[in-house]
Amino acid sequence: MHVRHHLVLTGLPLAAAVGGIAAPAQAQTLDLSITIPRLSVAEYHKPYVAVWLEKEGGGARTLAVWYDHDMKNGEGTKWLRDVRQWWRASGRSMSFPADGVTGATRAPGTHTLRFAAGKGPLGQLGPGKYTLVVEAAREVGGRELLRLPFAWPPAGDGTARAAGTSELGAVTLTVRR
Amino acid sequence: MTLFRHRLLAAAAAVAVLLPAAAGAHRQWMLPSTTVVSGDDAWVTVDAAISNDLFYFEHFPMRTPPAVTQPDGSAGKIENWNTSRYRSTFDVHLTQKGTYKIAAVSDGVMGSYTLDGQQQRLPRGLTADKLAAAIPTGATDVRTTTSTSRNEIFVTSGAPTTTVFKTTGKGLELVPVTHPNDLVSGEAATFQFLLDGKPAAGLPVTVIPGGIRYRDALKQMDLKTGADGTVRITWPEPGMYWLNVSTGGGRGEAGAAQPAAPQAAPPARRATYIATLEVLAP
Repeated sequence: MHVRHHLVLTGLPLAAAVGGIAAPAQAQTLDLSITIPRLSVAEYHKPYVAVWLEKEGGGARTLAVWYDHDMKNGEGTKWLRDVRQWWRASGRSMSFPADGVTGATRAPGTHTLRFAAGKGPLGQLGPGKYTLVVEAAREVGGRELLRLPFAWPPAGDGTARAAGTSELGAVTLTVRR
Repeated sequence: MTLFRHRLLAAAAAVAVLLPAAAGAHRQWMLPSTTVVSGDDAWVTVDAAISNDLFYFEHFPMRTPPAVTQPDGSAGKIENWNTSRYRSTFDVHLTQKGTYKIAAVSDGVMGSYTLDGQQQRLPRGLTADKLAAAIPTGATDVRTTTSTSRNEIFVTSGAPTTTVFKTTGKGLELVPVTHPNDLVSGEAATFQFLLDGKPAAGLPVTVIPGGIRYRDALKQMDLKTGADGTVRITWPEPGMYWLNVSTGGGRGEAGAAQPAAPQAAPPARRATYIATLEVLAP
């Protein structure tokens, strides 16, 4: 039996980092807030959500994927392909669980994520035009995708906003230099 | 004239199970439950049938199990094969990452000869290696047509790979310029077709979206391969599509033992290619 240890994002440490302490001076960061809407449907499952970066003229880099990572025999990975633009752009070349990227599905509400340059899934970003993409797909539900463009390195602190109409609520990206 | 028509009909009947008629009736297809899979224990289940409407099993089942080629090029396994009245079904366990090919390929010879003043048809299901034995001594006016039919689907676990597209140089084959498991509506896809290993120029390509039963228009796209054998297809909407390339009524290469055929005898070389392709929404 092959035993592996994985870092699984739970959301709590990140929320604490963003909410509790003012932005540390040392790092360039991407602060992302994603709202998952509360839906009135007969059968509700928390959506699978993927967050990734696309560089103009370059490849894609996955920052976070929320899915049913803790089902037995990895059964939750079967539905990853339904987050279909992400699957095509990045997911299909990855293996799961992915360290620092895999996370549990989130309940309706607003969730915050912070990615620091040089660390974790964000890593080092070369200068260029980027788009942060958030895609949500819900079992027996719909799918929605939002794109937030930004430039790197940032000239100053900047914020991009987008709002979904079905599977995603407000998504805000704050780039801090 | 009556005799000639009768012969054509007989030849058509002999090959109906192997080849789809150019007119569009009796289309042969396989329909996978999915073509893009994630996870580590993926299966695909497939319906296989010959029908008029796509993709409804309403006429005949596929009779012979197809072959599976795994991403590493080795042969895979057809599991749970079952033939029922209108369709066959089977499963393939996707134990490797990459692109699988599931293909039913058949080679055949059809034709006729005259013996003692009577025209005789070559037996059904005849293959080229048994042709000589099937023609009795003293037969005259021997007419034969060799045919290669290929009916394929592709399924990808994880990222697409291209090992299964290694060509054999026999019949019509698809060379992916665009990977057939990377199709999205609104994006153009390009495929190249080879006939016996060489670019299949000027062949008709028919593309029909599934779901025929519930619409009035067939929505058929009639395309043609270019000089280099490529065809470019823009998918108007997501869904399963049936693609058919055929040498049709045109003439392929003549068989060695082919007498000069008078009037409109069947072509000496026939080849068809069929694939079911899934186009995803953007």
